[in-house]
Amino acid sequence: MALLETKDVIKRFGGLTAVNKMNFTLEKGQIASIIGPNGAGKTTFFNTLTGIYKPEEGSIEFNGHSLVGLRPDQVAERGIARTFQNIRLFGSMTVIENILVGMHTQLKQRGTDILFRTKTFHEEEAEAEARAKELMDYVGLKNVGNELARNLPYGGQRRIEIARALAANPTLILLDEPTAGMNPNETEEAIKLFRRIRDERGVTVLLIEHDMRVVMNISERISVMDYGEKIAEGTPAQIRSNQRVIEAYLGREAAAQA
Amino acid sequence: MKQFFSNLYAAINKEPWSYIVTFGLMIIGSALVYATPRSLTAFLILLLSPASMYFLKMNNKVKLFAGLVLAIIVLPVLGIRNIFYLEVIFQICVFAALALGLNIVVGMAGLLDLGYVAFYAVGAYTWAFFGSKQISLLHSVPGAAPANAPYFLENPNWFWLFIFLGIGLAAFAGILLGLPVLRLRGDYLAIVTLGFGEVIRVLALNLDKPINITNGPQGITPIQRPTLPPALLDALGRVLEPIVGHPVTEAQFYNVFFYFLALAIIIIAVIVARRLDDSRIGRAWTAIREDETAAIAMGIPLVKMKLAAFASGAAFAGAMGVIYAANRTFVSPETFSFLQSIGVLSMVILGGLGSIPGVIIGAAVVVFLNIQVLQTFSLYLSSLRQSDAVIPIINFAWRNLSTQLDPAKYQKLIFGLILVVMMIFRPSGLIPAERRKRELAGEEEIDEITE
Repeated sequence: MALLETKDVIKRFGGLTAVNKMNFTLEKGQIASIIGPNGAGKTTFFNTLTGIYKPEEGSIEFNGHSLVGLRPDQVAERGIARTFQNIRLFGSMTVIENILVGMHTQLKQRGTDILFRTKTFHEEEAEAEARAKELMDYVGLKNVGNELARNLPYGGQRRIEIARALAANPTLILLDEPTAGMNPNETEEAIKLFRRIRDERGVTVLLIEHDMRVVMNISERISVMDYGEKIAEGTPAQIRSNQRVIEAYLGREAAAQA
Repeated sequence: MKQFFSNLYAAINKEPWSYIVTFGLMIIGSALVYATPRSLTAFLILLLSPASMYFLKMNNKVKLFAGLVLAIIVLPVLGIRNIFYLEVIFQICVFAALALGLNIVVGMAGLLDLGYVAFYAVGAYTWAFFGSKQISLLHSVPGAAPANAPYFLENPNWFWLFIFLGIGLAAFAGILLGLPVLRLRGDYLAIVTLGFGEVIRVLALNLDKPINITNGPQGITPIQRPTLPPALLDALGRVLEPIVGHPVTEAQFYNVFFYFLALAIIIIAVIVARRLDDSRIGRAWTAIREDETAAIAMGIPLVKMKLAAFASGAAFAGAMGVIYAANRTFVSPETFSFLQSIGVLSMVILGGLGSIPGVIIGAAVVVFLNIQVLQTFSLYLSSLRQSDAVIPIINFAWRNLSTQLDPAKYQKLIFGLILVVMMIFRPSGLIPAERRKRELAGEEEIDEITE
């Protein structure tokens, strides 16, 4: 059974159909990408998956349970973590606190534990802090635990976002243009990191990405969207030679000339 | 100027100077206040000592000891000598508790609440209603109450239970306010909370008919106070009389009692606020303040967390409301006006949004400014006006000074100016909020990467 399966998902904004009859399946343990020109509806599709938008029609099943109608926090609790296209960190919190916020659904401390500083509280906090520390190391953040997140350079902020998403122990992680604005070295590192997330942690990875080097390099399966619809799907090799994809990216005439 | 102060601070911020300065301020301040109970300068010097305790580097145990001596012995004794000081400090405590509560809602969770005194009113009216004769007067017209009506609760010590009831009811009111405004952010939220604050005040103003619950604009009085053990008062009175120089009345003991009560609430409020802040809940609040969309995507339930913020913020105000009603033995809707909400909010902003020591200092500064500095200055000016003094060079007789120039009349103006200047030069408050630095194994201390 597929980990994530959407059937005929439609999302409209007024007269505009941003996502149209999207059928999408994702197997557990895959690294998959969604690509497409600007405005193709990729991010809208992500937002529909995570409950920020409610689809007008269609079904979304994750691990055999429907996600339609759930709030974003409930979706997160089911094991889907995400990052954002334009980094959304909690800027005036420290790096380690950002990661601890990501653990929100994992922590079990209750109001009474917090007010009376029970043993449960201290143990859980210490454990959470250790895990956060471990995640910082994992994504390659060093000596910045106590820095405010907004003070870190761009690449560092991207790493925090990924660590924060991993902190929730997700089954599936959605990365929205994770390498946007990175230089080739940073991109190389990022690709390695995504592979490790899947290989070492067993987390299924779904990317939205514009950088074709990244997409072709890492994806086991690529879905192409244009005008809200899925126009192609397949392995990198299949996508590279797909006529409709080339047209979508270059325009019909340019594609004919090419 | 700035350089001079930072040099001065560096110079006294090491042993033994920090001890000498702190204890010096404490001893000289106490002696001055004792000798000249009406002097503003003396009181100011004394009030500087807790500030130096906070800012200067000293052994924590010494700090705690000095603080306890100041709070438990020095202030009450000096307060009995000049009861006005006790009133100032009581008000500082009341507003500090309100500011701490509002700080949870505005500072930590980032929900701008312009109707915060509504919760204070809920607490105050809870005890005012049950702790007075109001229940026997439900069917009488305001102002025409029979003088011999009985108190509803014969034993005024129900007060203690009502502190908790006040907390509960205020928290409940917080949730009631929270529910309809959950989808609102920023400006919209501010307007709705403003409306809510006014609704509570107008309810208090008008619920004197058809049945007389709040006694309308005249307010409820008398409200009972808990009893103090007479044996203890006797003993304390005998000890204190020679020290303060006059027999101590029961009213003065009540002032001391309420001072201690307010102090206890502050201490509890600080502990609660700090523990909440440094926990899963506090982190969720800050995350919501920073970025709601990201927070909810991390699995933080917005509804639950916002309600929790409103409820716990309101709870502080509820407790203080009950104490306030008993202290004044009188409540009326006027106390809970919109301006009060703004006052508490400005304490929070002046002190430092989200900063616990900051909002306490903010409350102290605002209260002190309002009820002491400007007042004293007015008195001084009016005494000049009655004298024959003349300003030398311009040859202006103080007698001719218009009464319109009375500083007490310009309280809000001066206060507004201070806020403007503060926001320009110190926008994050007197003591800006700081995130806790954790000791992380394997991390080296590095100095600020930026800056």
